[in-house]
Amino acid sequence: MDGDLKGDIRPNLRGTDIERSSDVRGTGFDDVLTGEQKIRNFNINFGPQHPAAHGVLRLILELDGEIVERVDPHIGLLHRGTEKLCEHKTYLQALPYFDRLDYCSPMCMEHVFCLAIEKLAGVTIPRRASLIRVLYSEITRVLNHLLNVTTWAMDVGALTPPLWGFVQREILFDFYERASGARMHANYFRPGGVHQDLPPALIDDIEAWAEKFPQVLDDIDELLTENRIFKQRNVDIAIVTEKDVNEWGLTGPIARSAGLPWDLRRSQPYECYDEFDFQIPVGKNGDNYDRFLIRMQEMRESTKIIRQAIPKLRATPGDVLTRGKVTPPKRGEMKTSMEALIHHFKLYTEGFHVPSGETYAAIEAPKGEFGVYLVADGTNKPYRVKIRAADYAHLQAMDHLAKGHMLADVSAIIATLDIVFGSIDR
Amino acid sequence: MANTPVADNPAPAEPAQTPEVQVDPLVALGESIAARGKGAILSQAVRNGELTIETGLGSLLETVAFLKADSSCRFAMLIDVTAVDWPGREKRFDLVYHFLSMYTNRRIRLKVQVGEEEMVPSVTSIHPGANWFEREVFDMFGLVFSGHPDMRRILTDYGFRGHPLRKDFPLTGYNEVRYDEVQKRVVYEPVRLTAEWREFDFLSPWEGGAFALPGDEKAGDAKAGLPGSPNINR
Repeated sequence: MDGDLKGDIRPNLRGTDIERSSDVRGTGFDDVLTGEQKIRNFNINFGPQHPAAHGVLRLILELDGEIVERVDPHIGLLHRGTEKLCEHKTYLQALPYFDRLDYCSPMCMEHVFCLAIEKLAGVTIPRRASLIRVLYSEITRVLNHLLNVTTWAMDVGALTPPLWGFVQREILFDFYERASGARMHANYFRPGGVHQDLPPALIDDIEAWAEKFPQVLDDIDELLTENRIFKQRNVDIAIVTEKDVNEWGLTGPIARSAGLPWDLRRSQPYECYDEFDFQIPVGKNGDNYDRFLIRMQEMRESTKIIRQAIPKLRATPGDVLTRGKVTPPKRGEMKTSMEALIHHFKLYTEGFHVPSGETYAAIEAPKGEFGVYLVADGTNKPYRVKIRAADYAHLQAMDHLAKGHMLADVSAIIATLDIVFGSIDR
Repeated sequence: MANTPVADNPAPAEPAQTPEVQVDPLVALGESIAARGKGAILSQAVRNGELTIETGLGSLLETVAFLKADSSCRFAMLIDVTAVDWPGREKRFDLVYHFLSMYTNRRIRLKVQVGEEEMVPSVTSIHPGANWFEREVFDMFGLVFSGHPDMRRILTDYGFRGHPLRKDFPLTGYNEVRYDEVQKRVVYEPVRLTAEWREFDFLSPWEGGAFALPGDEKAGDAKAGLPGSPNINR
């Protein structure tokens, strides 16, 4: 037989070829050679109801075996039209929408909107209010990082960290409640200051908590930092470089993991952050594990800031709102002064007017740079509010980061990006 | 200043508005960008401590590339792309880019006026991270970007029609969804408002008019801090 296999489309099945194939016995399994068995990439749908998707994320994953070739995130399942709603509300009515953006760090979201309004209206807030804002921003940072780090551990297989972390979150939610009346959607930071002063007992309790909290961090550290499985799942996964940071607009702990010491609290200070002593942890390798270490360290630094803020707060009595056009009069005043009563009524019906102009305010939210671009037209409603969420940019880089990794790494990468759909979908 | 809405203010550079310090580095940067832009920079101004430059649609790409590459700018990071709708204007949209330089610790805002029918060149070739931001602008405002790798809607529902952030799009939208017990699936229906739609207008009629009421001249500049509202609703 010399290559004359009539009716057989197999090319050149002679000599060494046939011996190398699995079909030495001629049982008919030879489709690897003939290309009859088509190898194609496999598309799977990840979410939107997947516990590791951290919300309503739908990922279309294109897989080559177990290797991720392409990630196409479908977002918008939680789109509520926050920006459109804000255009139809007065500034004060628009503020609570911000709590509902990144609901893992609510007060930081309000903070930006307040800063933008204050910038346009030219309002400076009292020092005590500024200290309270710093204190609660840092409590919020701990809240957010506790959730992120511990659920991340759960995504890669550990159950204990979230149980321990959530006990602490519960305490912090109590602090939220005692300051604002709400556990999550606080609506506490207001243009011109904060809504209410803190009772002295609350300040004492926060201090007592801040003394003990580092031990809890040590416990979580012990569970995770040298944990073999946790390291195997995170070291060298999703490496971010300085180039990626710039190209994809990555900020916050992700930018810092690439070795960039960039923190808006330090580089473009707002409130009174410039008088606090804290370090900015920076990574070396840019991988998941670095980001975990950075977030753990940031919690320690936040606790440090909290501990510094408390004596300052005790030494700074006074009002927590700049009394004027943008804030309500004091309750007692309202009951005796006609002017104050009229002002109160006008403020909560018509609202205050913000001078026309545009501004971009940004803060170092726990997830990265969170900004608001506010265009005011001089009326009592914002003309345009654009919310720039850090995790929107981070999720965008998902395709770039996950390419070439295994399917199992996808959930670890989602966790490291620290995404929350409230602020991505808006 | 108080009576000029931003809409019909194509940003004539107002030197009177520069901040207190004469040699503000941001002012100097704006001036140097305008000088080297060879006419591509239509205007530049520093307001509220923020530098805004304006360019034309034709020179958008080269301006963005210049801002990224130039050694005195180094705006390597694109923070945000968005648009603002001004329905009364001839070129309806303001396309707004925010850049950040982590190296010089500065921000800049770049604005381009775009008409409703105009195509915008995509900056994804210079900043890959512009991808989703441009998709969002397309979704929300209907501006189409040429040269964009993946021009799909991003935030709205599959099969959504219209561009929600345009000022002529109603707040309630056109369609609503509900779960139909009979058909055992989610159905789309035109919006039915059970209560009449009310738009509350609390703008004080005493502050709305640009005219002077008799007796106003006696008040002097007591209200200098409060600009008159344009009161667009009447």
